[in-house]
Amino acid sequence: MTSLRSGPRRRWAYQLDVKGSPYLYIAPFFLLFGLLGMFPLLYTAYVSLTDWNLLDSNREWVGLANYAELLADDYFWNALFNTVSIWLLSTVPQLLAALFIAHMLNRRLRARTLFRMGVLLPNVTSIVAVTIIFAQLFGRDFGMVNWALDLVGLDPIDWQAGTLSSHVAISMIVIWRWTGYNALIYLAAMQTIPEGLYEAARLDGASQFTQFRKITVPMLRPTIIFTAVVSTIGGFQIIAEPLLFQAGTGNPTGGSDRQFQTVGLYLYEQGFSMYEFGYASAIAWSLCLIIVVVALVNFAITRRIRSS
Amino acid sequence: MSAGRIRLVAGVLAVGMLAAGCGGSTSTGSTPAEGKITLALNLFGNMGFKELYTKYEAAHPNIKIVERTSAYNDHHRNLAAHLATGSGTADIEAIDTGFVAQFRSQAQHFTDLRQHGADQLKDRWLSWKWEASLAKSGAQIGYGTDVGGLAMCYRRDLFEKAGLPTDRDEVSKLWPDWTSYFETGKRYTAKKPEGTAFFDGGPQVFNAMIGQAETGYYDTQDKVVVATNPAVRSAYDQVLKAVADGQSAKLVGSSPAWNTGFAKSQFATIACPAWMLAKIQDQAKAFAGQWDVAAIPGGGGNWGGSYLTVPAQGKHVKEAVELIAWLTAPEQQIEVFTKHGILPSTVATYDKPEVTGLKHEFFNDAPIGQIFTTAARSLKPQYQGPRAGDIQTAIRDAINRVEEGKQDTAEAWTQLLGDVERISK
Repeated sequence: MTSLRSGPRRRWAYQLDVKGSPYLYIAPFFLLFGLLGMFPLLYTAYVSLTDWNLLDSNREWVGLANYAELLADDYFWNALFNTVSIWLLSTVPQLLAALFIAHMLNRRLRARTLFRMGVLLPNVTSIVAVTIIFAQLFGRDFGMVNWALDLVGLDPIDWQAGTLSSHVAISMIVIWRWTGYNALIYLAAMQTIPEGLYEAARLDGASQFTQFRKITVPMLRPTIIFTAVVSTIGGFQIIAEPLLFQAGTGNPTGGSDRQFQTVGLYLYEQGFSMYEFGYASAIAWSLCLIIVVVALVNFAITRRIRSS
Repeated sequence: MSAGRIRLVAGVLAVGMLAAGCGGSTSTGSTPAEGKITLALNLFGNMGFKELYTKYEAAHPNIKIVERTSAYNDHHRNLAAHLATGSGTADIEAIDTGFVAQFRSQAQHFTDLRQHGADQLKDRWLSWKWEASLAKSGAQIGYGTDVGGLAMCYRRDLFEKAGLPTDRDEVSKLWPDWTSYFETGKRYTAKKPEGTAFFDGGPQVFNAMIGQAETGYYDTQDKVVVATNPAVRSAYDQVLKAVADGQSAKLVGSSPAWNTGFAKSQFATIACPAWMLAKIQDQAKAFAGQWDVAAIPGGGGNWGGSYLTVPAQGKHVKEAVELIAWLTAPEQQIEVFTKHGILPSTVATYDKPEVTGLKHEFFNDAPIGQIFTTAARSLKPQYQGPRAGDIQTAIRDAINRVEEGKQDTAEAWTQLLGDVERISK
């Protein structure tokens, strides 16, 4: 039978197998992405061009009116300011601390694996539990942070009430959860740096700090770009922490004066408290565009870390 | 039931699920092979039904009852979404007074209970309770369960230390109206034990006050009247005057800090709907016999209370309607009240000796049966508009801004009016 199969036909099947099958293997991802990622994305874009409140069933095409309203909406700009502020307050110290911790973990330590796994522990705890506990720690009357401030003779702070104080408190939650994760990523990258570079530097009399600055950081450049971009995406989408920071009250306003309402939380308020799906979709798309722009800016900045 | 009864754990779980992006709900009751019907109830707190389910299942061997509970706001948000998308509701859904106006405007999503003999049962309930769940079309969307008849709970020991009377009748005489309540607050504050305040937080007192007004946030044409209703501004000003006098513990209702406030004796009085008793008992375990129940200033009042509804999309509408009619019948409601202290809206129970004679040991043997039924009966019903719950939140935030020292009374009021305008547009 095989002899009947002509050469070109077999070759064709072989070609199909080699050239075609990779696409087949990656197809499930793209099918799922299309279904669960692309479709909602496009549908949200469509919804953002309509005036649709979940409570009345009719939907009206309004073009870009939602976006125009958004640009004039003080609460949106307030939410954007809060988001940027919390993102800066959490990301910058977080990545610096992660770099430092990774540098330390990269040395010869006793029980190295234990420490390396240990830094990841905060990341596997439940965000809900962590936020509730931090909200208690930053409590006004019986919080541990105020108790500690009192010990050193400082006045207690109403952490939730103030703009900066609430941003700091929320940033602490983010820092606590994500520093270890980033440290492990940096650590993995550090271990790919050839030891020879450090030896050569030592022979030239470079100090520990110079080695860190001139070898480690430049060699980590792709990783730093990666963490900066990922932190940007995560930081701009932050919602669970500010929502739960006022736990029990059940309202996504982010404090009495919206002092810690982020864009994600404002989206949630408009969509799932006010049921303004059209407006919420417009916020979602604006947030998406803002994240793309900020991530590109970040990429551009971190790319300028000099490669040695 | 009301916002006050949010179970923190349930809230945390629900919010956690939302945060994880899987806020969808499971399907409604299903019919297993042996022909047993499962009826699912979605509630937002303990309504005291657990023992009743067992009883009902015993009498109806083909019925199995499943109860699911989520946090107050999440529950109502999910319900609105499931109604709008046409799937995902349980066979029976609870609705709080604060949301009933919003849902009765979408009566087409609910089973009209008049089709199932509601008119014969009408006389069970206080008339205002019955009317609040009536749609404009005349459809009845729900049967009332509890009402939040109002009283004022107070701490005997703290009153004694501040040189105030402690006997509940004398305490009730201290405050026939809110002006005298705040005057008492001044006396308390002058001699108060360190670390305590007269009341828990401005917004909670405001809620009790506005609940007594003839008109609240809406006129009967569903027009928002927050800016023009003198009762709103007057209550707002009185509360913030008292806050300025240092009478408030500045705790946000239902927050974890508020819960702690009970245990740490941060306040001496709290506006106390019937369902609050269970809350106080849970949070202030160490103070049994120190809490007591006096009359609410201004006489009568309501805060919270719920309905059971049957969404039209359910698979077992007939069985669900039978169950809610049974659960809200006077016999069952008496049991709920005597076991859990949740005050029925079925007026027929108010004459029963086991209701009127009920005393509460934790509250120094206060005659809660008599206090709460009197409050519920003397209530002047107030018209509730569709977004009353959101307006309530906006007012809470405004009062909080002043309590936190971020704004003065006038600034907070201006911002409040802007917020209310956005809500009502």
